[in-house]
Amino acid sequence: MDNTIVATHDTHAEEHHHSLPQLRHHFETEEQQREAGTFGMWLFLLTEIMFFGGLFFAYLLYRNWYNPAFVAASNQLSIPMGTVNTAILITSGFFMALAVWAAEVRKQSLLVMFLILTTVFGCAFLGVKYFEYKEKWEKHHIPGASFDVSEFINPPVSAKTGKPIEEPLSPDMARKTQIFFVLYFAMTGMHALHMIIGIVLLFWLIARARKGDFSSGYVAPIENFGLYWHFVDIVWIFLFPLLYLINRHPGT
Amino acid sequence: MSSEYHDPANVNNPEHADHHIVQPGTYIAVYITLLVFTGITVGAAFIDLHILNPIIAVGIACFKAVIVMLFFMHVIYQSKLIKLTVSAGFFTFLILIAMTLTDYISRAWGRW
Amino acid sequence: MSATSSTIVNLPDQRTATIPKKNYITAEHGLLSWVLTGDHKRIAMLYLISITFFFFIGGAFAGLIRLELLTPQPDLVASDTYNKLFSMHGIVMVFLFLVPSVPATLGNFLIPIMIGAKDLAFPKINLLSWYLYLVGGVLTLGALVMGGVDTGWTFTTPLSTHYLNTHVITAGLAIFVAGFSSIFTGLNFIVTIHRMRAPGMTWFRMPLFVWANYAASILMVLGTPVLAITLVLVVLERTIHIGVFDPQLGGDPLLFQHLFWFYSHPAVYIMILPGMGVMSEVISTFSRKRVFGYTAVAFSSVAIAVFGFFVWEHHMFIMGVSNYSALVFSLLTMLVAVPSAIKVFNWAFTLQKGSITFETPMLYAFAFIGLFTIGGLTGVFLASLGLDIHLTETYFIVAHFHYVMVGGMLMAFLGGVHFWWPKMTGRMYPESISKLSAIVSFIGFNLTFMPQFILGYLGMPRRYHAYPAEYQVLNVLSTAGATVLGVGFLMPLIYLAWSLKYGAIAGNNPWQATGLEWQIQSPPLTENFIETPIMDHEAYDYEWLAHKTEQEVTTVG
Repeated sequence: MDNTIVATHDTHAEEHHHSLPQLRHHFETEEQQREAGTFGMWLFLLTEIMFFGGLFFAYLLYRNWYNPAFVAASNQLSIPMGTVNTAILITSGFFMALAVWAAEVRKQSLLVMFLILTTVFGCAFLGVKYFEYKEKWEKHHIPGASFDVSEFINPPVSAKTGKPIEEPLSPDMARKTQIFFVLYFAMTGMHALHMIIGIVLLFWLIARARKGDFSSGYVAPIENFGLYWHFVDIVWIFLFPLLYLINRHPGT
Repeated sequence: MSSEYHDPANVNNPEHADHHIVQPGTYIAVYITLLVFTGITVGAAFIDLHILNPIIAVGIACFKAVIVMLFFMHVIYQSKLIKLTVSAGFFTFLILIAMTLTDYISRAWGRW
Repeated sequence: MSATSSTIVNLPDQRTATIPKKNYITAEHGLLSWVLTGDHKRIAMLYLISITFFFFIGGAFAGLIRLELLTPQPDLVASDTYNKLFSMHGIVMVFLFLVPSVPATLGNFLIPIMIGAKDLAFPKINLLSWYLYLVGGVLTLGALVMGGVDTGWTFTTPLSTHYLNTHVITAGLAIFVAGFSSIFTGLNFIVTIHRMRAPGMTWFRMPLFVWANYAASILMVLGTPVLAITLVLVVLERTIHIGVFDPQLGGDPLLFQHLFWFYSHPAVYIMILPGMGVMSEVISTFSRKRVFGYTAVAFSSVAIAVFGFFVWEHHMFIMGVSNYSALVFSLLTMLVAVPSAIKVFNWAFTLQKGSITFETPMLYAFAFIGLFTIGGLTGVFLASLGLDIHLTETYFIVAHFHYVMVGGMLMAFLGGVHFWWPKMTGRMYPESISKLSAIVSFIGFNLTFMPQFILGYLGMPRRYHAYPAEYQVLNVLSTAGATVLGVGFLMPLIYLAWSLKYGAIAGNNPWQATGLEWQIQSPPLTENFIETPIMDHEAYDYEWLAHKTEQEVTTVG
């Protein structure tokens, strides 16, 4: 073979421990493999940013075009449910962060516990979301043939003040509330889909963690899943104010 | 970039950062901050600040997202490469928004 | 065969030469060892076979289109069928051939070797990307068999969402899935190039082919997801009428255009950039010179990728976008000509005073430079607002993008396949017949598309199957050219297959080229390198190569 292309390096960096069984043959060191994995995960998250990016732009456009419809429709969403759900999701993310720590310091039982807590709070989020969707169904706020705009044209009258609780919309503008609900379902639905995928992956990670796969210093799957899970959190951190809190000070 | 000697893990490379274990204390502090700012953003929505309302809402969301990325996602301890990658993603997203808006804003001045 | 003054080809003595017993092709046997492989070289070959298949399907549609346009009357196919023909031609060629062509085949095969790595960073994701490509391909074929799509490859709303009864959803899903295949390829390349380079392989020692694919990968990763979400919205609009693109419900059809072209314009650079990378390798090798202005060429790839995100609205100038915004995009579009011109001028300077030889890949390279320049310059015409109104949606556009995509990209792809064929298979293609096929393709190409520039300028609109009789002469020329072009594309298929068994044995480095891939055996071992290579010289350093050969002669002989 070729005389000039030979390995002359010494392997001084590899003295401190034996390589893991998970080190794949085409990587030279675990460090290289770990950083490649993290970098790859971040690039995947970039694609996710751009994937949601299209929806966010559609939201920005129509919110400015049909602002009154967006305000009225947004006020149909429940702030308590939204706030509680935000807290639940942040908690889930918090436990995921702790799970990454537990894997790094090789505490298997803590890791399993934190992963289970992450899953539980993730499921709780989806549960609350189910009740919110159900309410929309009952109020005929699902876009489509049965979509009902009467509530936006003739808002119910408040018992206290004797005035409508919401600014009445012209029939034309009221129809635009459907665009808000389309975006609401598209964005939260896409977010929920990511949550469901994440929870399926969590079950798989829990099973592996219980077998002790991540207790010997090989933590890449936990770390990279953590990145994914936090990204899903971040999407919600933006969705919550954009969808629920457009204008909550009526009469102005 | 001109290092000649063998460097499989890119140890002497701006693309490399040592593995750093974030301690639970940091996570707890971040967690509390996130909850507090969730409260603030809900509260701010009930006060009429005109144009400032959406700006504050998005501003707080950006702040929360940044601390999630920096600490929960460890970006602050990562290599410059990862930091650049993250910024590139948001930069491209901003291009999508800004360049498309040049059309929508100037298509009907003032009515958008 | 010995090297003469007119060739650099340096083959081993054919009487004694053998293909190395141990290589990536012979490492394992059986179909399963191929379809479950993690080896980037085997995946590249799988891709090569599948994209060739789809290329000829797309080509068959093109043939039917040209046959219909032979006469002014709509006589061969009905107008609906014609719409389906050009739509399927576009979808197959863009998403199943051009986007994966160079990156997924040559890039997959060569990038790890060129940077001195054993494999791509994520072999399983690489295999997954091929399977996603297959799923996308099968769905496209499904849409075709069930009756086709007639929206054009652009899926323009509200046409695609409200007015057509064809298989838009199937085709949309096909592109969605094929898009993820392209995302995963790009992701793999970026991580590999950042993380897997051999010692001494600094950024500015990488071959320009790697730089070009890196730039294209950035576009794949950042652009494709926007197309994905847009197609999801089109499918939802079609199935449950969500109204995001429907003016009746308050949606804006132009939003679709913005989102679609946000990907689909950069996609043009996904297609052409890797071809430019091939050109840098080929031109340097066959003029025995380092690429002139290496750094400028490297950065111009990145510049094209970045500028690519700022120009998409030029596809929408006549669609009712704001005039002020169109002005901005027109200016930015013209800026893309700068890095493209940097490349062309630097290739020209590479040729200057080089010792040029005319092997087949070099013929394709010359074809590329000329045709790409024509295609690129007509792009500048189209970027100027006034002219665009006259020329858009005519055959001028068709000719423009075929000059870039076929004249540029396809020539680069064929040049690249010929150039690296000895490395991929261990055998040479037959030189004289392949020179003939390169010349036939070049003539056929110009005969097909040059008349279309004139037709478009005279005002013949695209996407119609009938036309006024005064356009017939030029259309007959174009159809005749397409026949010649078809022959030019069929010939390589035949003689390359022939050479798999009967081609001359190529040896490690038939071209006397400098890249790392030429310093290892052909076909390479599964793990590419016996020992991790160390890069101690610049890319395209022919003195290093000469020195090395001299040393080998003195030590061995």
